[in-house]
Amino acid sequence: MRHFLRTTAIAVAFASGAFVTAAVAADISGAGATFPYPIYAKWADAYKKETGIGLNYQSIGSGGGIKQIKAKTVTFGASDAPMKGEDLDANGLAQFPMVMGGIVPVVNLEGIEPGQLVLDGATLADIFAGKIANWNDAAIQKLNPDAKLPDMAIAVVHRSDGSGTTFNFSTFLAETSAEWKEKVGVNTALEWPVGIGAKGNEGVANNVAQTQGAIGYVEYAYAKQNKLTYTDLINKDGQKVEPTAASFSAAAANADWSSQPGYGVILANQPGAESWPMTAATWILVYKQPDDATATAEALKFFAWAYEKGGDMAAELDYVPMPESVVKSVEQMWAKDIVGSDGQPLYKGM
Amino acid sequence: MSSVSAAMPRSAAATARDATVRRFALSDAVFRAATRIAALLVLLILGGVAISLVAGAWPALSKFGAAFLVSQSWNPVTENFGALAPIYGTIVTAAISILIAVPIGIGIAIFLTELCPRPLRRPIGIAVELLAGIPSIIYGIWGLFIFAPFLQTTVQPFLINLFHGVPGLSGLFAGPPYGIGLLTSALILAIMVLPFITSITKDVFDTVPSVLKESAYGIGCTTWEVTRRVVIPYTRVGIMGGVMLGLGRALGETMAVTFVIGNAHRISASLFAPATTISATIANEFTEADGEIYTSSLIALGFLLFVITFLILALARTMLLRIEKRTGA
Repeated sequence: MRHFLRTTAIAVAFASGAFVTAAVAADISGAGATFPYPIYAKWADAYKKETGIGLNYQSIGSGGGIKQIKAKTVTFGASDAPMKGEDLDANGLAQFPMVMGGIVPVVNLEGIEPGQLVLDGATLADIFAGKIANWNDAAIQKLNPDAKLPDMAIAVVHRSDGSGTTFNFSTFLAETSAEWKEKVGVNTALEWPVGIGAKGNEGVANNVAQTQGAIGYVEYAYAKQNKLTYTDLINKDGQKVEPTAASFSAAAANADWSSQPGYGVILANQPGAESWPMTAATWILVYKQPDDATATAEALKFFAWAYEKGGDMAAELDYVPMPESVVKSVEQMWAKDIVGSDGQPLYKGM
Repeated sequence: MSSVSAAMPRSAAATARDATVRRFALSDAVFRAATRIAALLVLLILGGVAISLVAGAWPALSKFGAAFLVSQSWNPVTENFGALAPIYGTIVTAAISILIAVPIGIGIAIFLTELCPRPLRRPIGIAVELLAGIPSIIYGIWGLFIFAPFLQTTVQPFLINLFHGVPGLSGLFAGPPYGIGLLTSALILAIMVLPFITSITKDVFDTVPSVLKESAYGIGCTTWEVTRRVVIPYTRVGIMGGVMLGLGRALGETMAVTFVIGNAHRISASLFAPATTISATIANEFTEADGEIYTSSLIALGFLLFVITFLILALARTMLLRIEKRTGA
């Protein structure tokens, strides 16, 4: 139906010789990751007010987003786990990072304030593997000599649905614990050795908030909104860092974005004294030679607008905008790689 | 009318009657065909569902074979999948919920039809039926936010302490109390299937002829004896139907269970442990499942649920038939 409307609108526009009327253009359609959904929704709202073009984004999860873009039912797909270079080439897709955020461990312990506990990757891995089962375990006490840790069973809460958050979280655990890497591994869904599964970031947040002695992992925004007790972490440089927008951007700043095809850099466990070790980016997928060139050109305009004007809105929701250098490189890639059927680039600058 | 037909030539009257008969025959045939098509449509849809499930599940079934049914492993990283944990969770939660809901449901039905003062009948009956109208997501949210914390802080610690050291039972009620898990889901399911069992049982109890009950009372039977010896035997088939309907709902219920079962692919002895069911697994994982084997394994789970439901319904039918034969009804 929408396609029909768009075709009609374009035909009418051509007939009247007024093709520049942006108001008749259809909404941009996309599907994928749930993690960036709040910021995409906010951007879409502001963009609609400014240009009259809306965004129809279905937050069905990263896996779903990849499926939908492969099936060409949407103009762009969104994923928290980057696609590999060869997969991108095989499907003729271009990939670029849109925005970043942080994942934080959250706990429910009486008398412990946010940021009072500190954990490192190996300890976190042992907790989620069930090897450390009590809060007064020597390994946790050693990292927190001053904290009064209760004699209480640890209730591990993890995601029950496949999730980019889990992918990034397990990447950090695998980087810091050889045993985790070998026995559990890295993926959007895992065979969890212990614990209870909860659906979505909000599910994990709720379960941790309700269960005494619980530990889980959520996007930073969820920890903040639900007033959960987050912990600090020891990063790759051996420094204790707090989860803040500054430490998330520090991790991104040290990343070498050009090192991976499709900017597919995993921001977990990046070097740098200030870097938060569980930082994550989220990616957009579009076709390099889309069937519907007009729709893709509109989508790129929206992304360029979001890069340029969306930074403050992102910060309000505790996301981290992409650094200037990355944005420039991405826009150069658009101008070079994403072309219409005539071979002309679809992106012509703002 | 008769004067008109008498005035008409005989053959004209006969022709008119023939036309009417033909019209009736035609409308009858159309009606018969329509109902037959409706009935066949159900079979067609059922067959279509079964075929597409098998086709979707084929990559997983052919890769894992019978191991899919007996393996507890559910590992998306190595793509090694087995359905035992979800099958176990599905059957255990449904069985416990029926165990709880059947006596309570029949109790309510007996009270409403035999003992309840007239003015109370409608309010209680409507209240029970309203339970069926609550969307399952509401049960899930209520279960997670109100019921689970209540169980975690009161019922579960009590049961753990009560059965501590009792052989067998201590394993069944072992901690730590999470609040959510097998038992919590079973309790929520019991509340959800209760209205189905109650309202059907109540309706079939109402069909018992007063003459039968009054004769029993007349020879000095107590209410319990009338219920036990007259009402329940008379309505056995109907009660079974209500229980089956409830069981069907309990086996397939998704949203409420997903909230409170804990979604862990493990089989534990303890009823307090987190577990998973077939429908909860599919709801949780389908959107994010990538790779053919993962998706196909989830569809295979759906196929298994289809088979389990079918087997249980078939079992119930044969059981009923056997009872019928024995009592010579």
